[in-house]
Amino acid sequence: MTTRELQPLSDVNRRDFLKFLGGGLLVCLSPISSVAQESGRAFGGHELPADISAWIHIDPDGHVKVFTGKVEVGQNIRTSLAQAVAEELRAPFNSITMIMGDTDLVPWDMGTFGSRTTPTMAPQLRNMAVAGRELLLEMAAQRWNTDASKLIADSGRIKTSDGVKSITYGELTRGENLVKSVAGDPQLTPATEWKIAGSPVPKANGRDFVTGKHQFPSDIVRPGMLFGAVLRAEGYNAKLESIDTSAAEKLPGVKVVRDGDFTGVVADDAFTAQQAVAAIKAKWTIPDQPSNQGLFEYLKSNPDGHSNPEHQSGSVTDAFSAADVKLECQYTIEYIAHTPLEPRAAVAEWEDGKLTVWTGTQRPFGVHEELMRTFQLSPKQARVIQPDMGSGYGGKHTGEAAIEASRLARAAGKPVKVVWTREEEFTWAYFRPAGLAEIKSAARRDGALVSWEFHNYNSGPAAIGTPYEVSNQLIQFHPAKSPLRQGSYRGLAATFNHFARESNMDEMAHALKMDPLAFRLKNITNPRLRAVLQAAADKFRWTGTKSGPDRGIGMACGTDKGGFVATCAEVSIDPSTKKVRILRVVQAWECGAIVNPDGLRNQVQGALVQGIGGALFERILFSKGRVENPRFSKYRVPRFSDTPKVEIVLLDRKDLPSAGAGETGIVGIAPAIGNAIFAATGTRLRHMPLTPDGDAVRT
Amino acid sequence: MSKFHLQINGKNYPVDAPQDETLLSVLRNRLNLTGTKYGCGEGQCGACTVLMDGAATRSCSVPAAAAAGAKITTIEGLEEDGKLTPVQEAFLEEGAYQCGYCTSGMIMSATSLLRDNHAPSEEQIVTAMNGNVCRCGTYPRILNAIKRASGQDAGGAR
Repeated sequence: MTTRELQPLSDVNRRDFLKFLGGGLLVCLSPISSVAQESGRAFGGHELPADISAWIHIDPDGHVKVFTGKVEVGQNIRTSLAQAVAEELRAPFNSITMIMGDTDLVPWDMGTFGSRTTPTMAPQLRNMAVAGRELLLEMAAQRWNTDASKLIADSGRIKTSDGVKSITYGELTRGENLVKSVAGDPQLTPATEWKIAGSPVPKANGRDFVTGKHQFPSDIVRPGMLFGAVLRAEGYNAKLESIDTSAAEKLPGVKVVRDGDFTGVVADDAFTAQQAVAAIKAKWTIPDQPSNQGLFEYLKSNPDGHSNPEHQSGSVTDAFSAADVKLECQYTIEYIAHTPLEPRAAVAEWEDGKLTVWTGTQRPFGVHEELMRTFQLSPKQARVIQPDMGSGYGGKHTGEAAIEASRLARAAGKPVKVVWTREEEFTWAYFRPAGLAEIKSAARRDGALVSWEFHNYNSGPAAIGTPYEVSNQLIQFHPAKSPLRQGSYRGLAATFNHFARESNMDEMAHALKMDPLAFRLKNITNPRLRAVLQAAADKFRWTGTKSGPDRGIGMACGTDKGGFVATCAEVSIDPSTKKVRILRVVQAWECGAIVNPDGLRNQVQGALVQGIGGALFERILFSKGRVENPRFSKYRVPRFSDTPKVEIVLLDRKDLPSAGAGETGIVGIAPAIGNAIFAATGTRLRHMPLTPDGDAVRT
Repeated sequence: MSKFHLQINGKNYPVDAPQDETLLSVLRNRLNLTGTKYGCGEGQCGACTVLMDGAATRSCSVPAAAAAGAKITTIEGLEEDGKLTPVQEAFLEEGAYQCGYCTSGMIMSATSLLRDNHAPSEEQIVTAMNGNVCRCGTYPRILNAIKRASGQDAGGAR
């Protein structure tokens, strides 16, 4: 059964829902649980059971369906959440089906971002699975007139400890109509005893991706579906002066839809829709606005409200002036785009006043709310379905395409598909913030840091705190009025804050004539951070590898969102062209108990490779309200030829709770490369991207 | 509009489309063969790669009408009687994807490469595959998958 065949949950109460699922056992989780922090909150008028954050259903055939508002965007959570449930339920991995991101079927959820799924959703699902297992044990005990403590749950069956009697979960739940609500935090299986969790289970539906069968949001087709396209302004903040749609309207089957500022078209086919929107003659006036020129001065001099220090201790003024070795440095970062390979896409369908939208988003319930607001709908009148999508990296929190397709579908009276072009995705999505960091740091001659003053303008406060031991600190984020629309991006500002901090720590090590590893170990006491640092350095053979004019090594380390990372990179520099090539990278990673080592390795390596783009060459060029490089031919992303030999070292801390791993693996690569370039050339690059000018080191 | 026929995955498809509509658009939007993906529309990302007479071709940069007469293979046409090709198998075994959106194009490009060169060196693989973008950054795994499919030791990026 696909999710689409299930009856909308909003139309039924929980017990009817269970009946609809064919009876069996439904386990729900109440938010009393200490881990239910950000899921399951009620929100404005939503009629889904607000006290429930997820549920698990066991049907009479022993199939287990897990309902969660989290979504699969390539981070492999469909697989790792199913592993966690299979583990605690003592059920085969293949018996678990994850129903995800369908607002009619799953409990409300804030969204999939911030590396929160593993630390918050997984424990909730595990709680329910434990409760389900205990209930099944009770049911079997009653049936056999014995004590549940004498029974064992294993591989989807309850057995007597002598193995004489055995019954499947399906047989136990057959004919039942049970709803169990779980409130507490039961005893979870310790990671040291995991059998299914902790193992490298392959991607749940991997085969569908190598055969082309998987339907991404942009692949959805509905009966009678039309294709839509939207007229875009010639620049940001542009004002429409005049519009002539007559040529577009003459094209066969084309309908032009105007609704306030919105102008779009629908046509029988996608090609004609694009032709029609191109045939619209619109005149725009674009106001003067900032460009890359002078961007960082602009950000510093245009604060957005008042800000306070994130952290303050001792006196940086006194400590800095009294210190032996002092540095005062500025670091900058350009805007970059997410460019998920699948651009924004949506198919919208109105039926009897109810709107259903299939779309790629990290926040199905956020888009649900946008649709309710835009079209004045009750919660029951809108449904958002998120098929596993062509990634997001924090770039798909919003519902632009969903709203556009819905508007066009309403006007056309038929389902409409809207797929953004690459240029639209580059221009009308949002960017990772540009920013400026100003650092004043100081150390004693023996290598101990004494003062740390850090100001971040606009880029963001993520991981702004230093993991180094410094008694005098002033750390402050200064929000600014961004000239471009900006938002979430994998790791948020942790990337830039680490770039600035770790570049500066490298500068300090050199100023002190200390080995960068020894300097870090002297000033870092956090054992988890020290462990990854040491693991990366060992594997890389840091000690004993020398830098010269043509080759340099650099390192960086850091922590955010419960993940610890250390990165060592070796680069070569062409003596005549000064072109940089990354030769090899070792990255050590630790985020508590590993749920799926294969998925984790893939994430950590992928984050590193993606990070090479922002480190070396990705940047948005803009002027006069327009993006000047909104195409892959003008905006370079990492390719096979940019990818060095990468070794990932995973540290498995079975004694610690699992943290998310989708983001923080990106933060080490840029400073490691920058520091390696310095080690080879003596040129300190303090701007991201480091080498936008044909890969070459420019002073 | 012009009427022509396309030979796709061994089947004959009558098509009625404008002269300059791309093969990608016809595949996806008229024939519902959505395994071939749109990524950039300018032949820069390889998500739309199909085989035309065995050669990897960016379907976003070829007018469909110009593909009439060619033997076209899309990702949907690789599997035969439920049996995957060695390249598909290798991608599965190496877990050479994250979101999977680039996978169709990667597999088609790799299939074409291995048709022409049964045992490509790493450098040859990089050169042949450099027009295919994976934004999730799974290149090391894809490299290993292609080595595995060609019977070479993958060396284990996992």
